[in-house]
Amino acid sequence: MIKKTKRSFHSINKGPDIIITIFFAIFALSCILPFLTVIMSSLTDETTLIKNGYSLFPKHMSLKAYTYIFDQGQQIIKSFGVSVFITIIGTAISVMMTAFYAYALSRPKFRYKKFFNYMAFFTMLFGGGLVPTYLVVTHVVGLKDSIWALILPMALNVFFIIVMRTFFKSSVPDSIIEAAQIDGAGEFMTFFKIVLPISLPSVATISLFTTLGYWNDWFNALLYIDSAHITPLQYLLMQIDRNMQFLIQNASDMGMGAGEASNQLPAETVKMAIVVISTIPIACAYPFFQKYFIQGLTVGAVKE
Amino acid sequence: MKKSNKKHFIRKNCPLLLMVLPGAAWLLIFKYLPMFGVVIAFKDFRYYPGGFISSMIHSEWVGFKNFEFLFSSNDAYIIIRNTVGYNLVFIITGTILSVAFAIMLNEMTRKKLSKIFQTSMFFPYFLSWVIVSYFVYAYLSSDKGIINQMLLSLGMDKTSWYTQPKFWPMILVLVNNWKHLGYSTVYYLAAICSVDKTYYESAMLDGATKWQQIKYITLPHLKPMIITLTILSIGRIFSADFGLFYNVPKQSGPLFPVTNVIDTYVYRALMYSGDIGMSTATGLFQAVIGFLLIMLTNYIVKKIDKDSAIF
Repeated sequence: MIKKTKRSFHSINKGPDIIITIFFAIFALSCILPFLTVIMSSLTDETTLIKNGYSLFPKHMSLKAYTYIFDQGQQIIKSFGVSVFITIIGTAISVMMTAFYAYALSRPKFRYKKFFNYMAFFTMLFGGGLVPTYLVVTHVVGLKDSIWALILPMALNVFFIIVMRTFFKSSVPDSIIEAAQIDGAGEFMTFFKIVLPISLPSVATISLFTTLGYWNDWFNALLYIDSAHITPLQYLLMQIDRNMQFLIQNASDMGMGAGEASNQLPAETVKMAIVVISTIPIACAYPFFQKYFIQGLTVGAVKE
Repeated sequence: MKKSNKKHFIRKNCPLLLMVLPGAAWLLIFKYLPMFGVVIAFKDFRYYPGGFISSMIHSEWVGFKNFEFLFSSNDAYIIIRNTVGYNLVFIITGTILSVAFAIMLNEMTRKKLSKIFQTSMFFPYFLSWVIVSYFVYAYLSSDKGIINQMLLSLGMDKTSWYTQPKFWPMILVLVNNWKHLGYSTVYYLAAICSVDKTYYESAMLDGATKWQQIKYITLPHLKPMIITLTILSIGRIFSADFGLFYNVPKQSGPLFPVTNVIDTYVYRALMYSGDIGMSTATGLFQAVIGFLLIMLTNYIVKKIDKDSAIF
């Protein structure tokens, strides 16, 4: 008996199905191919890379870029640390602020709900622009060249407040909150013990987006950071690019002769290795969190 | 009686006010204070002792001089043309491609494979523009890039990609769609999956072809979402994606005529020429037009289809 593939009665014909499948196979491949190219380039021998260029199948492979980073790349390791720090602290601060604000807005009894709602929403429509923001952050808050300049300016996202408020309203029944408060629970108690546990999916989604935002941020560093010891990974990549000598300079600062350092430094492959190092955490983690991201998208689509 | 009411009121609202406080303080400092800062656009801003606020007060009023300066330069035309032009192309190509991709993905019969495709299509969305700029560089670098290697092996001449403006409108549109298509496709796909399957079944029984089903069932269901997303993007049509235009062309000077947009112009005016008044004016111009556009589109949409408006 010929085994037939089960096709539901409203599926498309075989021909177009195959064409669509091949089309998406090519497009999906094109989405990861550049990353594979960069991984292979970081594993290429430096002289081979300079002679033959970037390639998916390098002639001579070498781990030198990575051993260099672990042995002499203090700056790179330090920058990795800065990125991890701002991501963790930033996400914690940001999610806490967002959840508090959203919870207060979701409480029908809150007297000033409307006011704070407009206060947040208006900033989505109008903003002062880059220059006044820059001047406020550097001159009023005084964050020029401070690690907090990487955390505070992006600590709140009004869109996330709206998403979370909508989620609180739709998934936490008012009656539960009322019941808890009749039993004597205060707002903080209700928030931590009841609302937060029920809303974990939405809080997780927003935490993921926030984590990603901090990890990927280079813009605030570009505006506010000058010192090498608080340079995050993404900005380090921009600086290396702008100034190929950055790493060499750094090596010579650490007591090595500049000539010696430039001989040893596999600059091109190290650049690619840093790209790999800053992308690997995302590439490994996101397939597992993807469903939360998609959930977050659909939650965001729900409006009041 | 009245006293206990008041007490009750305070007990009710105080904790909530405390919760709002950090966020409200943040909004005041990082959003509202800069909004008042826009008066700099009408001043000849100089630093005075006593900090930013006092500098702002003491700087001399110059009326619309900063705006005149901006619009009398040739730059104004180029940056506005680039910003609006690219955004229009991004909106049109992005919407058409992602809706088409979502419909096609939905029709794929191999569901497992479709999930794998979605996962890898989603990947570029999670990357920063800095990382993407390196990806692009691996292909376009003039001496080491893969495309030039391919051109050479085909017996053609190398191209110096980072110095020739004529290629960049195409490259930027491609790269931007490459980064965002996975995300927007999955977004629309989620909406398609939520359509009640019985619509399609009854359409089939009535003999509707696949095209007719897409035209009369799928697309009408996606309409509100397409409209909402388009309103939002039209509201931002005067704001460019800074990272795309700053990082991907590697700040290459010869490419400025086709890569300089309002956001990169403001940044460079602030950082390199230190012209605070004029760069604030440019930013304010951008913010005001953005505000008007979003109000206008929302108003029009409200007139046509009340449910699709966003506020």
